[in-house]
Amino acid sequence: MDFDFSDDQKFLRDEARKFLEAQCTSAVVRNVLDNDDVSHAEDLWKQVKEMGWLGAAIPEEHGGLGLGMLEMCVIAEELGRVLAPIPFSSSAFYFAEAIKQFGTDAQKSAYLPKIASGEFVGCLATSEGPGDSDAAKLKTGFSSGKVSGTKLPVTDGDIATHALVLAKDGSGASMAIVALDADGVTRTPIQTLEPTRSHAEIVFDGAAAELLGNEVGNGMTQLDSILNRAAILVAFEQVGGASRCLEMAIEYANERQAFGRPIGGYQAIKHKLADMYVKNEVARSNAYYGAWALSTDAAELPEAAAAARVAASEAFWFASKENIQTHGGMGFTWEVDCHLYYRRAKLLSVQAGAPGVWKEKLVTALERKNAA
Amino acid sequence: MNFDDTEDEAKFRAEAVAFLEKNLEKKDAGAGRADRSRDDFLTRAKAWQKTKAAGGFAQITWPKAIGGRGGTPIQQVIWNQEESKFDAPTSPFAIGLGMCVPTVIAFGSDEHKQRFVPKALVGDEIWCQLFSEPAAGSDVAGLKTKAVKDGDDWVINGQKVWTTGAQFSDYGIVLTRTDPDVPKHKGLTMFIVNMKDPGVEVRPIHQASGGREFNEVYFTDVRIPDSDRLGDPGQGWKVALVTLMNERLAVGGSPGPDWKEIMGYARDAGTMSDGAFRAKLADWYVAAQGYKLTKFRSQTALSKGETPGPENSIGKVITANHLQDICNSAVEMQDHYGIISDRDKAPAEAIFQESLMWAPGLRIAGGTDEILKNIIAERVLGLPQDVRVDKDKAFSEM
Ligand SMILES: Cc1cc2nc3c(=O)[nH]c(=O)nc-3n(C[C@H](O)[C@H](O)[C@H](O)COP(=O)(O)OP(=O)(O)OC[C@H]3O[C@@H](n4cnc5c(N)ncnc54)[C@H](O)[C@@H]3O)c2cc1C
Repeated sequence: MDFDFSDDQKFLRDEARKFLEAQCTSAVVRNVLDNDDVSHAEDLWKQVKEMGWLGAAIPEEHGGLGLGMLEMCVIAEELGRVLAPIPFSSSAFYFAEAIKQFGTDAQKSAYLPKIASGEFVGCLATSEGPGDSDAAKLKTGFSSGKVSGTKLPVTDGDIATHALVLAKDGSGASMAIVALDADGVTRTPIQTLEPTRSHAEIVFDGAAAELLGNEVGNGMTQLDSILNRAAILVAFEQVGGASRCLEMAIEYANERQAFGRPIGGYQAIKHKLADMYVKNEVARSNAYYGAWALSTDAAELPEAAAAARVAASEAFWFASKENIQTHGGMGFTWEVDCHLYYRRAKLLSVQAGAPGVWKEKLVTALERKNAA
Repeated sequence: MNFDDTEDEAKFRAEAVAFLEKNLEKKDAGAGRADRSRDDFLTRAKAWQKTKAAGGFAQITWPKAIGGRGGTPIQQVIWNQEESKFDAPTSPFAIGLGMCVPTVIAFGSDEHKQRFVPKALVGDEIWCQLFSEPAAGSDVAGLKTKAVKDGDDWVINGQKVWTTGAQFSDYGIVLTRTDPDVPKHKGLTMFIVNMKDPGVEVRPIHQASGGREFNEVYFTDVRIPDSDRLGDPGQGWKVALVTLMNERLAVGGSPGPDWKEIMGYARDAGTMSDGAFRAKLADWYVAAQGYKLTKFRSQTALSKGETPGPENSIGKVITANHLQDICNSAVEMQDHYGIISDRDKAPAEAIFQESLMWAPGLRIAGGTDEILKNIIAERVLGLPQDVRVDKDKAFSEM
């Protein structure tokens, strides 16, 4: 048994951390937060593209680095630690993985190299209103190569060049690829709880679209599989954020004095931070298992993905809210970074399936497995 | 990332499984608990320990020179995994072989090692840990049991409490106060004590769970030769820390029913369609996996010859509360019927009811939830120590 990342992967992690700590400082994140007309950190995005991280898990024949999913997990955690305000996950975790898994050979050749280089930026457009996306509720339609309907919120929808759109297709649903500069596409940025990641409302009015893969009506199954794989990468992002919250809380608890000693000497704070640590380790271990399942295409992938997602959402939420609490009034100011993590924790916990949805997926997977 | 055994590990596992299959019954799919209440439990346990030692599977990591296998930590892990699938009565030896005898090996003389280790290994002699007292549990260094030097002997008087297995133990390690005029941690000394000494009186404690597995132990003028001292006089705390460190390695494993058992019950009971229950089941699975996989991370470090990180300290904080929560839900799912603890009438042979009553003890034994969180906060996260007002005062002035 070897339940850990390899030395090479750890080296990649250390390098990524060094780079991001220097290039993705709080000031960089705040520039996106505080300026409505700045959708993402352009310099950082440019450098990330140049390093080839977007193609870490794309095979070399399609212009990627051909490393693997484990390397992508490592990168995801590091991006999560620093709240990278770039459309990385939309393009690499969702769009690229969808093409890799379900795209035709022609689609792979057309999209993967440009996703890897950053020339194309993908995003996933499923949500239309409150609640989980299911086929019965879908209003957006796809027929004769055209998509019509409204999607919101679409994470990175105003930055992306291409969207993967879930749409009703006859009696079922399909996933369709739409170039966002096409006629019949209107994008409007929308206000969200998490302004360091851009979100848009996208109206499709007969926009030209192509089917993902070549099987019509397979959209829900595809989406399920796309989300399972992305869930593990997002879980690493969440674990990164949660770890950073714990570090911030420890640092502050050691430094802030009240009643003649550091607040970290009081058990109400100590035990809160110990609880954070326990949740973070539970999340990390579940994420590692997900990484293993992802990298080996294991039969356990559905339950591993759901468990990773449930554990990581809980850990990041808990760590981000109790980090504010540990910081007291300072934690409730705009100037202190605590709220940035609180915002990101919420985005990542509801994006592509809230915890309740993933819990239900998990139990369904366990039932399936234990029925046999 | 790879869950497969290495070639050596696979070979060892095959050997272990073959040995277990030859000598034990598989655990039945149902409750699968080692039934301590059966009269022949101790006899069966001793017999199994003897067989295991003969096969070279007792204390796999101990050096061959003292009767171990000279194996690797990962082999021990593999053995534990496989043994736990069988109906193996091992609990009477957990404290002795897991905590007390390693302390004897670390601090005892060569004579001690020759005299005690082989007999413990084959299950002929059972050991107990005599630390806690009525007024010293979490704060065990505040204990009062006195040892006074008299010629070549020490004379022990006092009382211990919660001593697991004292009623069937042959020997124990006992932590005593030998110098009350120094701060509490500095006046302690550890001894090996013969539990059959006429001055040792063992009184079983009637536990909240109904059983009588733990004991009060009274010492009245018990004479212990100076040669049975472990460590120097006044160094008892240092010795105790070695015991307690081994405790954290020994404690663990599945303490009772888990997500699988409650899911099995929910299916029989038709409650799998309840959304609130399903959400809880997901949380239990995540916690159980979190605990199990975190151990895998530590074992990976061990197998590479690295020191495991602090992540293992999360273990009992998770498992004890987890058990209590699962059992509570299982009992509540049964509605009024859930109060029945008769094994013949209650679902799953009353495993949920029995574990519900055992869980509070698990949250206390071997360090309470609160103390474990303190340890995580102080030793892992580096937060300031609690205020310890008695730290520098002589014990006698308290
Ligand atoms: C089933 C079982 C088996 C046991 N087996 C053995 C054995 O074999 N050998 C042995 O020596 N002992 C044994 N013990 C004793 C066990 O180690 C003690 O019960 C335990 O350490 C707690 O001590 P206490 O009972 O004195 O509780 P106390 O220390 O009095 O604690 C009472 C409450 O106060 C809290 N508390 C105490 N100090 C602090 C603090 N600094 N900060 C915050 N909260 C605090 C505790 O968490 C607890 O909630 C066993 C106990 C049980 C229940």
